[in-house]
Amino acid sequence: MKHVLTFLELESGPRVDVTWDGTALSLPEGSNLAAAMLAAGVGVFRHTPVSKAPRSPFCMMGTCFDCLVEIDGVTRQACMVEVTEGMVISQPQELGGQVNEM
Amino acid sequence: MAAAAEASELGLSVTIIDEQPRAGGQIYRDVDKVSPSRAPILGTDYTDGKRLTESLRQSGIEYLPGAVVWAIEDQFRIMYTCEGRGAQIQADRILLATGALERPMPIPGWTLPGVMTAGAGQILLKQSGVVAKKSVLVGSGPLLYLIAAQMVRAGTPPVAMIETQTRSDLGRALWHVGGALRGWRYIMKGLKMLAEITLARVPRYSGASDIAIEGDDAAKAVTFIYKGRERRIDCDIVFLHHGVVPNPQASRSLRISHNWNAAQQSFVPKLDEWGQSDVAGVFIAGDGAGIGGAKAAEQAGRLAVLKIAEDSALLSTQDRDLKAAPLRRELGRELAARPFLDTAYPPYIAALTPDDNTTICRCEEVTAGEIRGYAKLGCLGPNQTKAFGRAGMGPCQGRYCGLTVTALLADANRQSPDETGYYRIRAPLKPVTLGELAAMDDMVQNSAE
Repeated sequence: MKHVLTFLELESGPRVDVTWDGTALSLPEGSNLAAAMLAAGVGVFRHTPVSKAPRSPFCMMGTCFDCLVEIDGVTRQACMVEVTEGMVISQPQELGGQVNEM
Repeated sequence: MAAAAEASELGLSVTIIDEQPRAGGQIYRDVDKVSPSRAPILGTDYTDGKRLTESLRQSGIEYLPGAVVWAIEDQFRIMYTCEGRGAQIQADRILLATGALERPMPIPGWTLPGVMTAGAGQILLKQSGVVAKKSVLVGSGPLLYLIAAQMVRAGTPPVAMIETQTRSDLGRALWHVGGALRGWRYIMKGLKMLAEITLARVPRYSGASDIAIEGDDAAKAVTFIYKGRERRIDCDIVFLHHGVVPNPQASRSLRISHNWNAAQQSFVPKLDEWGQSDVAGVFIAGDGAGIGGAKAAEQAGRLAVLKIAEDSALLSTQDRDLKAAPLRRELGRELAARPFLDTAYPPYIAALTPDDNTTICRCEEVTAGEIRGYAKLGCLGPNQTKAFGRAGMGPCQGRYCGLTVTALLADANRQSPDETGYYRIRAPLKPVTLGELAAMDDMVQNSAE
């Protein structure tokens, strides 16, 4: 995991604690989870099931599925979720391709 | 939003199923929540969206935010997930307002962390007030200038703009200058944004080619050829954009006919003058019907509602046409600058039919060369290559490879995009968990829209 701050937050507000892959992160309450994780310096959200290549958010509008993470045990698109206190977030454990295979 | 307000006024019962947690779609994303300090960065074209979100608060509109539609069945049963529970709703008519997606821009390195769409960059700014510190914008089109101008205003201008349109594109576009003059407001806005970018001394490399993104675990630099010389620009974040295309998932899943539109270089659904598709009762308004922008979407949405109200005997044919006339005039003005813009800022050709080594399906990591290989084996359409090599079978369901696969196969087989076709899109349109299905609400609500 990379922790270089490539993004800047223009405003500050109340923050809540969550965990990301076992480490504590403090993120703006109610903010978009993918945006908050990027601003906190999370560089890699998941690895692809095929080549294990690293991925991070690409579209920010719920269409590319590159921001898939596991939140409290359920694989979800981080860009479609709002930050709440105590979220337990990790890289998705199951193969990304199996999330919605048809 | 405009359609819902109009429908409610005409006495129709309306439910809006919105995937986002707050009203505004992508253009006016989170407009009700934006801070006073950020509003001037985003501009009045953005804050104008409050007019629409406010109109949703009138009676007669049921607004369901954070509701993800994953299936639309015949005569219309719509299934969606909201707050971890499956639910369904019955409707007599449907107006799809699913908008646009960024046109896929497969270039070497586009799957690296740190590479995003320009639209994603804008959403970060609108919704979260998050900006990239050291970014490069790559591609072509008005949205690229808009986000660059907004980044300048936010105090984090891009390191450079690497633009793919050429002088000859602009030359060809001048044939459409008449239309551009009718749409002069858009041209003036464009010139103003360009002035802001120039004033901030953002270097622009127009007519760039051979663009690639370097990096192992993340984007580090963009390389390209400009005026015959190889260039390299260091950056952390790359924003890609070469136009937007209709989001086809819902309309394709309903088996609505789509035709290739050469000017927009994309498929568009076949619609009548009211936005009704060849599946009776299903209307499409906005960029999902063909790219026209947010203002045009309002007019198109209202026109669809007039037809729905007439079908529901709430409006006479005469009144319908009377109300439609000014909307059509306004729509014409809104669309007047499109031919100029489409010609002046065409897609980056190298990203329409990429080099063999370039990944075109992000989910299953299939390359352009593999698709060409399947064409040699006799694959004529995208559904065959999907079976052969899994392109389009991953979680995004072809949203970011569909047009590329069609273009590659059309090129290899010397067929038109219409002959080549597109993926067959099936439900579920979005992932749905067994838990959400188990918690499915049996209650079927009634709604006119």
